Amino acid sequence: MYTFSSKLKTFSIVLMVLGIIGIGIGFMTVPNKEEVKEMIENAHDGHHGKATAHDSHATHHEAAPASHDTHKSEVNHETNEHDAHIDHVLHQQQNKPWSAFYVACIFFMLLTVGVLAFYAIQQAAQAGWSPILFRVMEGITGYLLPGSIIFFVVLLLSGFHMNHLFVWMDETVVAKDHLLQAKSGYLNVPFFLIRAVIFLGGWNLYRYVSRKNSLAQDKSNDITNYKKNFKWAAGFLVFFIVSESIMSWDWIMSVDPHWYSTLFGWYVFASFFVSGITTIALITLYLKSKGYLEYVNTSHIHDLAKFMFGISIFWTYLWFSQFMLIWYSDIPEEVTYFVFRIENYKLPFFGMLVMNFVFPLLILINTDFKRLSWIVVMAGIVILCGHYIDFYNMIMPATVGDQWFIGVSELGSIAFFLGLFIFVVFTTLSKESLVAKGNPLMEESKHFHY
Amino acid sequence: MSNKVIHAIYNDDDVLMDAVKQTRAAHHHIEEVYTPFPVHGLDKAMGLAPTRIAIASFLYGLVGLSVATTMMRFIMIVDWPQDIGGKPSFSYIDNMPAFVPIMFEMTVFFAAHLMVITFYMRSKLWPFKKAENPDVRTTDDHFLMEVGVHGNEDDMVSFFKSTGAVEVKVIEKH
Repeated sequence: MYTFSSKLKTFSIVLMVLGIIGIGIGFMTVPNKEEVKEMIENAHDGHHGKATAHDSHATHHEAAPASHDTHKSEVNHETNEHDAHIDHVLHQQQNKPWSAFYVACIFFMLLTVGVLAFYAIQQAAQAGWSPILFRVMEGITGYLLPGSIIFFVVLLLSGFHMNHLFVWMDETVVAKDHLLQAKSGYLNVPFFLIRAVIFLGGWNLYRYVSRKNSLAQDKSNDITNYKKNFKWAAGFLVFFIVSESIMSWDWIMSVDPHWYSTLFGWYVFASFFVSGITTIALITLYLKSKGYLEYVNTSHIHDLAKFMFGISIFWTYLWFSQFMLIWYSDIPEEVTYFVFRIENYKLPFFGMLVMNFVFPLLILINTDFKRLSWIVVMAGIVILCGHYIDFYNMIMPATVGDQWFIGVSELGSIAFFLGLFIFVVFTTLSKESLVAKGNPLMEESKHFHY
Repeated sequence: MSNKVIHAIYNDDDVLMDAVKQTRAAHHHIEEVYTPFPVHGLDKAMGLAPTRIAIASFLYGLVGLSVATTMMRFIMIVDWPQDIGGKPSFSYIDNMPAFVPIMFEMTVFFAAHLMVITFYMRSKLWPFKKAENPDVRTTDDHFLMEVGVHGNEDDMVSFFKSTGAVEVKVIEKH
């Protein structure tokens, strides 16, 4: 049995408190219209030109001030546009703390889903090496329920127009936009929320059932629970691969509602899957360093590191496939996605490639390195940060435009969710034995040697 | 110095593994082990030096990457620049994403082929080479350990019998 050390518990609570403070500061320091005006006037002229060249979603912000100003018939075009720009930047500033919260929220929640998918794959494949890690995976997926609830609340708040993360939810925008009108049969708030309930519900259901069977298997003399888990895992994987793809369109791609990419679902999957596997490796190494999990040997760590390496390459493959086709065909409505990111997000855009591809490639390609804890931990931390930035790059350009900055809101959101994640995961781990001793493949896993 | 060797034949890979460990512990010199399939961990048990093919492979990959880069730069930029999809070929770095698949494939191609060739050369294998295995059963279901005879021959034979060998032969090697 694992006991949640008071030191780690305090650390997680401190993180959560700091996070809430950071998030609070982020929301309270959103500049008002006057401050934004001042900010823009202080900025260079070149900045104005660049900001007005925003892609389509800029148009919706111009709608509101235009109607405001109609009573002043004398207003000339120049000031009208300037006013619209101020409003636009204001909206982006208002979106910023919400977006920061959203990115951290979806990142930690999907990372858990990645672990759940990995767990289901191990169950369905009847893998012999991994059962020793099942309780660690179950511990991580313990975060799925609280994570999904918070995430769903954020979606609900978006649906009730408490924030403007999803531009297609704004009726004044849709009224002026033929493309969004054509998509409104799919992209509408009720259907969007129904889908979210189905997906989150399905994943949580599998998590609940598989955990229950896994615990029941420990106390039983036959393997009926194990067989049930096998069937549930196979069913879940079918549901998952469909729901995951649609989820990625809904929760991530639809922040850029004009743009679409057909392999986006896979790309997002690779991102959170590698993050999930990395988390398994990090938590396993942590528990091992505290003297738990005595049967986990370097061969298990080696296999996890191989997955970290392999899925990092897989992520790069999908990222590049998406990038190259869009870059090569150079179709305006597609390529704006990357043009905007390369112009305004140069550092996170290319930095993420180094962190998610070049670094894991060079450091984890060596067989011996995959067995060294400190290398796996270091590579793991870089991979997790890199994939957070990947999610950041997917959401932020659409919601805050070029007004991005990794500041108190972003760090606060990360700290809050990291603290909550640590708290929930280690609480779940401390509830049951760390060895799923009823699993019929446990002996093989204990003696796994490569 | 005698050229005598002992051929100890086993019919199970687990028995073989134990026998190899015992033989090493008894300080007999294992010349070679012939198996019908790769036995996991046998190289470590025999005390063979770890393979360096991974390092060779990495270097071959780098060679492939350089060849691809040089080749594509010459073909697409220097020799016959074209304007493909509104992207005139003036510089390699600007058109690099288009060349990445070729760079990747050539890296894999060089690494894979040169690795196989290296492996054959290191194993002294080439086309039409006469098979070296001393007993045809090692291509079917038997495992053969070849050990140089140094010291008392009878003691060694009884030692290998005790390790679970189904057959122990003393052979004069030419």
